Amino acid sequence: MSILAKNVTKRFGSFVALDNVTVEAPSGELVALLGPSGSGKTTLLRIIAGLEFPDAGTVQYRDDDITDRSARERNMGFVFQHYALFRHMTVFENVAFGLRVRKWPEDKIRSRVTELLELVRLDTMGHRYPAQLSGGQRQRIALVRALAPEPKVILLDEPFGALDAKVRAELRAWLRRFHDQFHVTSIFVTHDQEEAFEVADRVVVMNHGKVEQVGTPVEVFEHPANAFVMDFLGNVNVFQAQLKDGRVLLGDVELPVRQGAVVVNSNGKADVYVRPHELDLEAGAGDGNCLRGKVMHVNPAGAVVKVRVMVEDFGLMVNVDLTPDRYKSLAVRVGESVFVSPKSAKIFEPDYTI
Amino acid sequence: MGSLTTVPRAAKAEDPAWIRWTLTAVAVLLLTVLVIVPVVSVFVEAFADGWTAYWDNLLGDPDTRSAMLLTAVVAPVAVACNVAFGVAAAWAIARFHFRGRTTLVTVIDLPFSVSPVVVGLMFVLLFGMQGFFGPWLRAHGVQILFTPIALILATTFVTVPFVAREMIPVMEAIGPDEELAALSLGANGWQIFVRVTLPNVKWGLIYGVLLCNARAMGEFGAVYVVGGRIAGETNTMPLQVDMLFQGFNSPAAFAIASVLTLLGLVTLALKTWVEGRKKDLTQSHEDAKVES
Repeated sequence: MSILAKNVTKRFGSFVALDNVTVEAPSGELVALLGPSGSGKTTLLRIIAGLEFPDAGTVQYRDDDITDRSARERNMGFVFQHYALFRHMTVFENVAFGLRVRKWPEDKIRSRVTELLELVRLDTMGHRYPAQLSGGQRQRIALVRALAPEPKVILLDEPFGALDAKVRAELRAWLRRFHDQFHVTSIFVTHDQEEAFEVADRVVVMNHGKVEQVGTPVEVFEHPANAFVMDFLGNVNVFQAQLKDGRVLLGDVELPVRQGAVVVNSNGKADVYVRPHELDLEAGAGDGNCLRGKVMHVNPAGAVVKVRVMVEDFGLMVNVDLTPDRYKSLAVRVGESVFVSPKSAKIFEPDYTI
Repeated sequence: MGSLTTVPRAAKAEDPAWIRWTLTAVAVLLLTVLVIVPVVSVFVEAFADGWTAYWDNLLGDPDTRSAMLLTAVVAPVAVACNVAFGVAAAWAIARFHFRGRTTLVTVIDLPFSVSPVVVGLMFVLLFGMQGFFGPWLRAHGVQILFTPIALILATTFVTVPFVAREMIPVMEAIGPDEELAALSLGANGWQIFVRVTLPNVKWGLIYGVLLCNARAMGEFGAVYVVGGRIAGETNTMPLQVDMLFQGFNSPAAFAIASVLTLLGLVTLALKTWVEGRKKDLTQSHEDAKVES
């Protein structure tokens, strides 16, 4: 049941939406295509579905080349961002649609549709019309409608994008549980990193029609392949550092970059990437390997406290994430002086500066 | 705590009463003179000689009966042709970008800009004895001009825009997503069209059909030229009205005219009803889009 999109290129006029992209969704896995708007992820999904056709490249299902087959013949469920429910049909008829066009017998249709409606706890809504449902309910119907004809592959195009946060979280969890139970090969498109990480077995990070990195959520977050991936996945601070005697220096402060990761540039400069949770704040100068700054803003909501510090010597605004306990023990407030010290940092080849 | 001062109510941002009354009166007057009086007078004239004469005029004269039959055939056939063409063209234009798309849209609008008499002339140039197809037609013993076929052709041509122009914005507003969803669920082209597209566009289609039919029934200029005005054979109702009027048979002319006017009023009523249904549907589409 694995899907392979190989060397796919797609142009819209002069705009290159996909540039020689290869993506694989192994059998039974849930793969997320993650990237900003315009990265080509939706185009790739539609090409896999057969709703668009590539200018070059192939789509393979198992070992069959299905590139030239129409969407109708591919038997892949597709869930649209804005649901695309049939507005003039009842919920029951919506879910039954895929079965009716396949001429299933009436009793089998009835039992399958009822089973699916029960699965999403909407079995009492069968006679209603889509306009009478809430956004979350509509999306659940869209999901089971795609699942009804027992497809081998499910494709989801930003399925939760149009919903509010709480409903989104519920549906995400539902999707993950469903996948754990039924193991249907699934590919879904999202621009929300948190969503991709929560739901997917494997993440494909895309940008400007190219694949930047493929891996499990942990792999991609801990070991970003380049600056784009690091910056896209969570907030990141970028420092322009000097390379001197194999050390990476920002003024007098050494940034602890991993051994062997230093790339000597012609003008001795490098961009260094530090995640907010890889910086620490101290009330005093400590061992000296720190930058002095002023607290500009504190966002205490959530599991981390986000502090924005202005490092005046370099005119840099730095984002630091602290645990609530650490923040409490520091007892710093807006306008006060703090010292920023780096715990670890990353450096990439010059090509990938953003 | 200071004392409360009453603020005088802000002057309403509205024209003074006398302007409103004057403009309304002018509008009503124009409407009465240009529309209501003529319509009423048609019926007055039609019944000038009494009820019996009225029915006699309509049903007693074989030429008049044939005119009514002809209109009852020509108009629906023209509408049917244009429904087929209009739906197909609207679907192609709304869903695809192809070379010549803009040209097609312009061509659809062409009948609007051409005088119906010129349309008639065009058919004469094509199908007349000295026309482009003349020799070929004569060789095969086929006659087009001065037969009901010509009436149908001319009427169809003149009413081409009505269905198509109505369907294009409707199809664009609905969007392709539902159709793509149906495709991904395994429906073939015909199933998508019948089960998904048609139910969504039905009010726009009905509206287009109403307009097309109204125009087809009232067509005069083009059929005047291509039909040859042969009483009892190629006179539609409007042509028969003209013929009777020219023959100084006013009551008969007005009798037929009253039927046409009545059909027009029925069309107006239906049109208003369908417009209401269309607006409800469009509103629910907009609401759905906003909500999602």
